[in-house]
Amino acid sequence: MSKTHVSTTINGDPVEFLCEPEQTLLDVLRDELYLTGSKEGCASGDCGACSVMLDGRLVCSCLVLGPELNGRSVETIEGMAKGDQLHPLQQKFLEHAALQCGICTPGFLVAAKALLEKNPDPTETEVRYWLAGNLCRCTGYDKIIRAVLDTASEMRGS
Amino acid sequence: MSQALKMDDKAQGLKWVGTRPVRPDGVDKVTGRAKFGADFNVPGMLTGKVLRSPHPHALIRSIDTSKAEALPGVKAVITRDDIQDMASEFVPAGEMLVNYRDMVRNVMAREKSLYDGHAVAAVAATSASVAQKALKLIKVEYEPLPHVIDVLEAMKPDAPILHEDMITEGMDPKPTKASNVSKRVEFGLGDVESGFAKAEVIIERAFDTKPVHQGYIEPHACVASYTEDGQAELWCSTQGHFVVRTHCARMLGMDVSKIRVTASEIGGGFGGKTVVYLEPLALALSKKSGAPVKMVMSRDEVFRATGPTSGAHVWVKIGATKDGRITAAEAELKYQAGAFQGSPVQPGCMCAFAPYDLENVKVVGYDVVTNRPKVAAYRAPGGPISEYGVECVIDELARKLDLDPVDFRLKNAAKEGTHAAYGPKFGPIGLVETLDAVKAHDHYKTKLGPNQGRGVASGFWFNIGGETCVALNINEDGSATLMAGTPDIGGSRASLALMAAETLGIDYDKVRPIIGDTSSLGYTFLTGGSRATFSSGMATVEAAQEAIKELCVRAAKIWEIPEDAVVWEDGHAKPAGKNAGDFEPMSLADIAKMAGKTGGPIVGYTKINAQGAAPSFGTHLVDVEVDKELGRVTIVRYTVVQDAGKAVHPSYVEGQYQGGAVQGIGWALNEEYIYGKDGRMQNAGFLDYRIPVASDVPMIDTVIVEVPNPRHPYGVRGVGETPIIPPMAAIANAVADALGIRFSELPMSPPKVLKAIEAANGAGD
Repeated sequence: MSKTHVSTTINGDPVEFLCEPEQTLLDVLRDELYLTGSKEGCASGDCGACSVMLDGRLVCSCLVLGPELNGRSVETIEGMAKGDQLHPLQQKFLEHAALQCGICTPGFLVAAKALLEKNPDPTETEVRYWLAGNLCRCTGYDKIIRAVLDTASEMRGS
Repeated sequence: MSQALKMDDKAQGLKWVGTRPVRPDGVDKVTGRAKFGADFNVPGMLTGKVLRSPHPHALIRSIDTSKAEALPGVKAVITRDDIQDMASEFVPAGEMLVNYRDMVRNVMAREKSLYDGHAVAAVAATSASVAQKALKLIKVEYEPLPHVIDVLEAMKPDAPILHEDMITEGMDPKPTKASNVSKRVEFGLGDVESGFAKAEVIIERAFDTKPVHQGYIEPHACVASYTEDGQAELWCSTQGHFVVRTHCARMLGMDVSKIRVTASEIGGGFGGKTVVYLEPLALALSKKSGAPVKMVMSRDEVFRATGPTSGAHVWVKIGATKDGRITAAEAELKYQAGAFQGSPVQPGCMCAFAPYDLENVKVVGYDVVTNRPKVAAYRAPGGPISEYGVECVIDELARKLDLDPVDFRLKNAAKEGTHAAYGPKFGPIGLVETLDAVKAHDHYKTKLGPNQGRGVASGFWFNIGGETCVALNINEDGSATLMAGTPDIGGSRASLALMAAETLGIDYDKVRPIIGDTSSLGYTFLTGGSRATFSSGMATVEAAQEAIKELCVRAAKIWEIPEDAVVWEDGHAKPAGKNAGDFEPMSLADIAKMAGKTGGPIVGYTKINAQGAAPSFGTHLVDVEVDKELGRVTIVRYTVVQDAGKAVHPSYVEGQYQGGAVQGIGWALNEEYIYGKDGRMQNAGFLDYRIPVASDVPMIDTVIVEVPNPRHPYGVRGVGETPIIPPMAAIANAVADALGIRFSELPMSPPKVLKAIEAANGAGD
């Protein structure tokens, strides 16, 4: 089957690619554009490791098809730091040791950023439920939740 | 927040060890730069995929690959005919043993498919979609056989036999008929019969646990490139790239020196990445196709064909006097090994009663094959299963004796000098300290609410050392590059850099730790057995000491004084003693920049077989609340107390405690492999195999106890495995406290809890 030509925006930059009809957004990011920061843990929308923003909405990129991207805007983990400035969430994840193996970290960061944009002052319970679609097998979530709450508090203060 | 019963770092003069700096690989991991197994690509790479059997037990009559081979874009197809058969030989892999005859059959089925998901063929093609199409064109003729999934069913005399030549080892007399029991093991001390005769109270109970998967979020992945001159490069996600090299060289008939394995960043392993699955297949496909081949498992494949740990049937009997002294303890453990022998029943037996100082112990274990994926190590392999049963019976006994469960444990706790039932005499250990810390913790004193219950359980794990190399290069600007061979799975580069900085007397930021490939260091055993920070840490300190010795020699040369007149203090060479003379101290950087003129590069290189790994004991405290209408058990509060020996980077020690506890919560409440009558796994995905999510758990409090390991330069004990041992019993004990119903089966999932509540209510009517 012939490939589809897609014009889209990724992390603010215009991007064009060719993809097969069954390739997901995650496949396109990883295999066609070599943006491997988004991870595949399940390919069924259950682990959140592939979380990206699509037109300002948090999605599992494994559940979106590549050809759907025409004219739309995607933000990935690769676009989170600005120049050499880490996003406050990235900085707090480091300070709180909120990662062990780190495979789930990009997904958690993208999802947590989406939460704080919607709700700058979440409760612990709100953070836990918002991030319930992101699986982490290493940390037991404690330090992740603390890092998100601490970031929220710091961002409100500044 | 966490509390700590700590050694006084300042009193010991420690500047770096015990601090919490940002990890050296941190920025790469929060920006998406870090390269995990599936993130690696090379030009001209093909995609490899595996055809898996849908049959739990079937003879493989024939495999016809001709149509797949004819499909445009297909570059190689391999089957059992492309994998050399091997003789039975056991080699260590983590805390377990692997057998090459079985290993070749596990990576690619030969005579039979032994489980749903068993690999039968593999394809390399120019794209994933072509590879997928090719798999559908392979014709396999199966002759289905009766299968057996349950461990007790598999032990019955009329059970379907997986391996016609399996004669149970360790039986006297040796059986003459094949069975599914690969071996019987026994450990003991004293005489249990006379011990039970002295008991005033005896409790015995049988338990069942289900296989649970390690559940690492990163599926297995590798890229193999085999070249025409018979050499190969392999990039893969593994806990032990040297072990991968050994296995692949053996299976492909290559010299070890001709395979170079680079460990990618690893997205979790928990023991499950100590063995090979895709790697030999990718190499064989690359060899046959003449191009690099990348293989990545789907989550379905991870569940159906890798891990998990054993499900088991466990029987425990413990007797005590009325004043709470245990007089005898006995257990019988039947562990599923999956399709090939090699469950962790032996460590399970050895751990079972290790937290207690006992005179009369007997533990018997059976290793049983079933038509399930071959088990792999999972965090303290074997320990959580046996200790779950034991810690539940300990709790029941304490209640029957009307003793506080912590006091009852304290009365019988193993301590320095205790002769463990599995052999050794313990050195300094921290079990009593963890129990004291639980008693002193405010968590233990808070009042419980309605429908809530509190549980306690202790746990033990051996920890290991082993073959370890480390290279420490002192760079010309006074910075240092540290190369270790144990893949960093949870922050070990940070702890190694801290120990290097501490020993050298330079800043943590000046040490850059990396994980070297298999051609850059001598053989280094895998990251497992909680050995990475212990063994590579020990080697790091020795390498730093070697570098310091050389730095002192260079200073002596510069100063033109005898070598023994130079000492190393605070990162500086200083003249000392009568024959020293008066010189300004020279920093590491001062000496390093002159290295070229004083004798060349300054390098510390250590090759050790690390000895003296000391066990780590922990005690967990948990409050649960049971929803009596839904059967749901909610963890209300959780506290982990564990002896770390010395917490080099306390945040990552806490992380091990918290992560282990939450994996244990999953094991206790939700996780299980579910099989249909057809012998196929029904929940091979994260939706139906439900690991804990953030909203399932509370904050996990931690208390780091530090009883230094005298055999390690900074007192380190491994900490990674012990935390998964106590949760299942602690939670079961808490549920029993809340409901007055004692569960003897895991997981305590809502339907089972509800059923038990209804049965108890019915019985009460």
